[in-house]
Formats: sequence, C-alpha cells, structure tokens
Amino acid sequence: MIGIDWYLALSAVLFIIGVIGVLIRRNAVVIIMCVELMLNAVNVSLIAFASYHGDVTGQILVFFVLAVAAAEAIIGLAIIIAIFRNNLSTDITKINLLRW
Amino acid sequence: MVTYAFVILAVLAIATALAMILNKNTVNSALFLVLNLLSVAGLYLLLQAQFLAMIQVIVYAGAIMVLFLFVIMLLNLDEEVSLFSKFRAKYIVAFLLGVVVFGQIIYSIGGVTEMLPEISPNMEFIGTVEAVGEVLYTDYLLPFEMTAILLTAAVVGALMIAQYKVKNTDQEI
Repeated sequence: MIGIDWYLALSAVLFIIGVIGVLIRRNAVVIIMCVELMLNAVNVSLIAFASYHGDVTGQILVFFVLAVAAAEAIIGLAIIIAIFRNNLSTDITKINLLRW
Repeated sequence: MVTYAFVILAVLAIATALAMILNKNTVNSALFLVLNLLSVAGLYLLLQAQFLAMIQVIVYAGAIMVLFLFVIMLLNLDEEVSLFSKFRAKYIVAFLLGVVVFGQIIYSIGGVTEMLPEISPNMEFIGTVEAVGEVLYTDYLLPFEMTAILLTAAVVGALMIAQYKVKNTDQEI
C-alpha cells in the first residue's frame, strides 16, 4: 500500500487547480464547478485520513460535505439564472452594479 | 497493483481537472468535471470507502452534474467563447498565487510527516454501508435530520430565486 502523504499531495494539487480555475475564469457557471472541484479535493484527504485511522467519522463528514455541496450548487445556479435574466450574461466582469 | 491503480487514477484526475479549467467550451468543462469525479470515486474505492464511492457516482457525477448541464444548455453558454480571461497578467498572478498556496500546504504537510497515520488493519470494515449507516443513524442522527431540512430549504430557496415573476399583491394597493 502507498502512504497517506501521496493522497494528501493529490488532494493539494486538485485544490490548487480549483483555486487557479476560480481566479482565471470569468464564466460564473465554471467558477461554481471549480468550487465543486475544491470541495472534492478536500473530500479525498478526509477519506484518506478516515481509512488510514480506521475511524468512520471522517466518512460521515464527507457525507455531510456532499449534502452541503448539493445545496450550494442548487442555490448558486438559481442565482446565476436570476442574474442571467436581468443581464443576459454570466460574465462576472459585467456583474458590477454593487462594486462602487 | 494498488500503486499502479493509484498512479493511473491520480494522473487521470489531475489531467481532467486541468482540462476542465483550460477548456473554452463550457459543456466540455462540465463533462471533464464528470470524468474527474469518476476518477476520484475510483480513488475512494482504493481507500475501501465503497459506500461513498457509490454516493459520489450517483449524487455528484449523476445528479449535480446533470443540473449543471441543464443550466448550461438552458442559458446557451457554449456560444460565449470570449468568456475566457483575456489578460495575460491575470494568468501569471493566478498561477503564482496557486504555487504559493501549494507550497504552503506541502510545507505544512511536511512538518507533521512523522505524525501521519500508518495504514489501519480494519480499513476494509469501515467503508461499508452497514458501518457508515450504523454510525450515521445513531451518533449523528441530529445532523442527518438537519441535512434534510437544509436540502429542503435549499430547494425552496432556489425556486424562489429563479422564479420568473414573483407575485407581490402588496404593491397593487
């Protein structure tokens, strides 16, 4: 078996890819998908710790993270649809009414 | 055997994640994210978490990504190729920031590397539906019920936000 540090490194790499995606993309839907990628990367490290410790609590936490991710995706997509109806765009640089 | 499977799945996960953030087409991005979630589900299977691997495939790669694809096709986003960021400087800053955060995480993992757990002998017993379900319905029953309330509230809130025209009878006075 491989050590847990490889799982942690993979989790870190996936998380960083998600962060870079949030920073460079301008499409709001893709930004929410990158947030899902980051949540997923954290789940990898949680399950790795749960399995290596032999403790089921980490897997319960992953279950709740999945539920919260589902709720977050639903609300985020509803907000994007509402913005699209007013703006006809999901470009986040054009959604600047509340900036200054 | 496990090492080969880990290497293949890890490379697949990283490659599909990179393809997701670099693809100009939004539908292709969503499909690459589905592939990424499937390879992560394979990693869960390597860690003997069978229940969560199935949940990942059914809920994440199935339900949530179908919702994403519905919204993408509803809004007709695949035409907007110009939504990719144009500024080169933004790429460089984002990449540098990512490298800094990555270095920080790796450094903090390296600081505790002697405290990391060795593999547990009862790893194969904790990932089954029975083991997860027993703990979930005894010790974590209240959070589980609150998750149900959270999901109901999220669906009702999404309906309220995305509704075309909310009827407001107070304004007619």
